[in-house]
Amino acid sequence: MKTIYILWLRQLKRYFRSKSRMIGSLAQPLFFLLSLGYGFGPVFKQAGEGNYIQFLVPGIIGMSIIFTSIFSGMEIIWDRQFGFLKETLVAPVSRFNIMIGRTIGGATVATLQGTLVLLISFLIGFKPMNWSLIPVAIVVMLLSALLFTAMGTAIASKLDDMQGFQLIMNFLVMPLFFLSGAIFPLASAGILGKIANFDPLSYGVDALRSLLSGITHYGLATDFGILAIITIAFLALGSYFFSKIQI
Amino acid sequence: MSEIIEVKNLTKKFGDFVAVDDISFEVNKGEIFAFLGPNGAGKSTTIKMLTTLLTPTQGTLTLDGHSVMKDSNAVRHSFGIVFQDPSLDDELTAYENMDLHGVLYRVPKALCKERIKQLLTLVELWDRKDNYVKEFSGGMKRRLEIARGLLHHPKILFLDEPTLGLDPQTRNHMWSYINDLNKSEGITVFFTTHYMEEAERIAGRIAIIDHGKIIASGTATELKSKTNTKSLEEAFLALTGKVIRDEEVGKVDRMRMMHSAWTKK
Repeated sequence: MKTIYILWLRQLKRYFRSKSRMIGSLAQPLFFLLSLGYGFGPVFKQAGEGNYIQFLVPGIIGMSIIFTSIFSGMEIIWDRQFGFLKETLVAPVSRFNIMIGRTIGGATVATLQGTLVLLISFLIGFKPMNWSLIPVAIVVMLLSALLFTAMGTAIASKLDDMQGFQLIMNFLVMPLFFLSGAIFPLASAGILGKIANFDPLSYGVDALRSLLSGITHYGLATDFGILAIITIAFLALGSYFFSKIQI
Repeated sequence: MSEIIEVKNLTKKFGDFVAVDDISFEVNKGEIFAFLGPNGAGKSTTIKMLTTLLTPTQGTLTLDGHSVMKDSNAVRHSFGIVFQDPSLDDELTAYENMDLHGVLYRVPKALCKERIKQLLTLVELWDRKDNYVKEFSGGMKRRLEIARGLLHHPKILFLDEPTLGLDPQTRNHMWSYINDLNKSEGITVFFTTHYMEEAERIAGRIAIIDHGKIIASGTATELKSKTNTKSLEEAFLALTGKVIRDEEVGKVDRMRMMHSAWTKK
């Protein structure tokens, strides 16, 4: 228990201490919000889909969560050759606890990041449907963040080289984000809408959208159910692969 | 004297490549043991197997009476290690790195606090305890790692090329410190190095490994008389040949380059 806590605390300390990383990872969602939000807003409205900012903000929160989570999961590649991971692997603590501590830490950071994006979105005119549902939305963020941090950990445990990192970013994270319905409505997207059914981020974004803006494609119960199942699956997969790491 | 490290018929294969080929040796309690060999000879692979980071293909390993594979938790309590590459958290302070180690090894809080102060004073870093590790020089990081490796009072200290890239002052200081520790606390020291004069001066016994096999072992004097040479360096060259090893640039080296480019301020 104490192991999990101290590794969680470590991730948080690292996050609050690297201000440049914090600002850098907030700039990207902000640009997306401004350019897409104001750029497509009028078209969206003309097409009869309503206010695009209300639609887009949950999607951009999802984006910031998937990027931050997968990245912190994949930090293991770095850490295992040069960093701190070796120190934890030779310590008399179970691999499972190390993985859980790191994952919860990474997920907490991603959730904080998502919450910050939500706060920023208030500044550009986003109005949540119901303020009292915001804590529930934060739970959804945490659940999605756990899922993608575990996914990052699972992948990183299998890669022993940073070369694969770019590949993962371009061929996994980007498609997961673009196909998730984060920036367009799935209902009218034809084949893309079908593909999105296989993207775990679709359910995270949809749950957030349902809680924050009152728009949903799958329904909140489906979202929660699927998210929970996939999160558990990836936590299991991540801790299995992590337990097999050899240096 | 009793053996604290026992290696029997240890083999490690990576695919077709045999990195460590059926080696056996013992290290006695309280001994300073040097493990030498050219690049790619199998030194680091052996250390990784001894410290539970890598599973052997064949053979048995016993540390302080515990089987490394079966009882890895007890084994992990019994040793401290300083890796070839720093394994500190750069974004934490020196004190926080120590404290985290204490929690991982379940050193009681009050005792941990006391030992941190003692050890950091010893390696002359106590006045820098609240500085981030990223502000430290290579030598300071090494000293901090040694202090950290000793925090849980291990019986064995593994040092994988601990003096790589350090200036003579720091090297000297470090070895005299380790020597004292060996004398006063009876800690067994197992180290690798490329500096032969270091091994000659510090180590009680030496084993030389090449192409995955131990080709000679004994005291420095024994190795010299066996090869009819005047220094350990000559003995080493006589035993391992003068051919420079083409070590292919592996993934680790490539990452090491990327890493140093990345972390440069």
